[in-house]
Amino acid sequence: MNILGFDTNKIENKIGHEVYEACVSTGRVVVLLQDTLRFLATANIKETLRQMAKLGTDSLPIVAMTTMFTGMVLAVQTAKEFIRFGAAESVGGVVAIAMGRELAPVLAGVVVAGRIGAAIAAEIGTMKVTEQIDALRVMATNPVSYLVVPRFLAMVLMLPILIIFANAVGSIGGGVVATNYADISSNIYITSIRTFMEPWDLIGGMIKGAFFGAIIAIIGCYKGLRAKQGAEGVGIATTSSVVTSIILIFVCNYFLSVILYVTGG
Amino acid sequence: MSNPIIIFDKVDMAFGPKVVLNQVSFSVAKGETLAVIGPSGTGKSTVLKLLIGLLKPDAGRIIIDGHDVTEFNEDQWNELRKNMGMVFQYSALFDFLDIEDNIAFGLRQHTNKSEDEIHDIVERILSSVGLEGTEHSYPAELSGGMKKRVSLGRAIALNPGILLYDEPTAGLDPIMSNNISNLIVQTKNNLGVTSILVTHDMVSAFKASDKVAMLNEGRIVAYGTVAEMKNSTNKLVKAFMYGEQFLEAQKKGRKTSD
Repeated sequence: MNILGFDTNKIENKIGHEVYEACVSTGRVVVLLQDTLRFLATANIKETLRQMAKLGTDSLPIVAMTTMFTGMVLAVQTAKEFIRFGAAESVGGVVAIAMGRELAPVLAGVVVAGRIGAAIAAEIGTMKVTEQIDALRVMATNPVSYLVVPRFLAMVLMLPILIIFANAVGSIGGGVVATNYADISSNIYITSIRTFMEPWDLIGGMIKGAFFGAIIAIIGCYKGLRAKQGAEGVGIATTSSVVTSIILIFVCNYFLSVILYVTGG
Repeated sequence: MSNPIIIFDKVDMAFGPKVVLNQVSFSVAKGETLAVIGPSGTGKSTVLKLLIGLLKPDAGRIIIDGHDVTEFNEDQWNELRKNMGMVFQYSALFDFLDIEDNIAFGLRQHTNKSEDEIHDIVERILSSVGLEGTEHSYPAELSGGMKKRVSLGRAIALNPGILLYDEPTAGLDPIMSNNISNLIVQTKNNLGVTSILVTHDMVSAFKASDKVAMLNEGRIVAYGTVAEMKNSTNKLVKAFMYGEQFLEAQKKGRKTSD
């Protein structure tokens, strides 16, 4: 292929070609996001609620399981060390703050990217390769308005709610381990959470969740809408959606942590 | 020709280096059915995609119902598409909706009809395509022929003035192909629609259309009424109609035109 006068088959031009493709994809994602925001006011409420219910029921068990064991392992790793330094009353606070600020939003984001982001890319990708997206356009219906907007809204609204559950389950998991493994009483654990944790720790995590939800929905829809012909194309779109979403979640998490807890906190 | 509804004027279309349509011109009068025939890969489906705004021509003009749509944006196309319907090659039914919701899709999106009215319309359409009782089935539960009929039902739900058919009989047995051809004729007679039928199926093309255009290598090589095409002396047309040594005829045709 020849782009801007460069033969992309030459090895020396391959890196440039990859950078060019990445720039083009970034531009297309931004345009999709812009279109999605443009159609937000005309969102189909019924479809958005259906997507929210689907997202919640599909993701809650796996998010709860992941964060429960993360809370437990966090307590295992901190409790004995903190007791050695006479800081047993800090364990609950450390677990809850770590869950609230970082672990619950990031883990929920990664798990939902794998579960729901992949499902979105596969569903829309299949619609693309079976001409259902063309059929929507032929029937004077904008695919962004009909397919992307409800998924985007559902993810942005539902992921923060999932994060509240994730925080609760993770802290309870940590508490169970702290009381049974490190002999820290449940009263001390709960008091520690109350003493050290502030509402902003939870709210900041929920704000992160809204951003991660937006990333998962937009990337899932974008990859689905760009799926090439055939089952292989849908498979590539699905995998690519998960990988891209997870990378963007980690990058975005760093900047949000700085903005929410360093600059603003 | 009186009152053409669709005009293709010297349209060029290429995908990268591959030229698909080269100076293609034709017109379709109101209420007429034009069959576009030709071997695979000659740009037949591209003609339909250009006519419904899924693709934009590289050069030339497309006029539909008096509007030059060549430079239409998506919003303008959406207005025009409310008066158009399309039957896709693989039906393209929405697999997450049942048959009733598939047919009712356009009615719910673009009209203020009550659910009772919509239900009545869907019943009537299903009856007209011979699929009573399938309202609550999903597309995956239907055979290929049934899906094509639902696709036709969905396309006519908004009473369009223009209908486009992309290989409506492809992959169907001869009896089902005949049923679909009959439905195309019935739809034309009942609704008075202007139609373009893209097909390889000569029986269907001759049965359901008024005129036939043959595309080969991106150009229209023959055009005429069904009777004229049947009596055509053009070697490509004859070879395509009777399936005899098409490639040889194609080579000869190319030499002659050189």
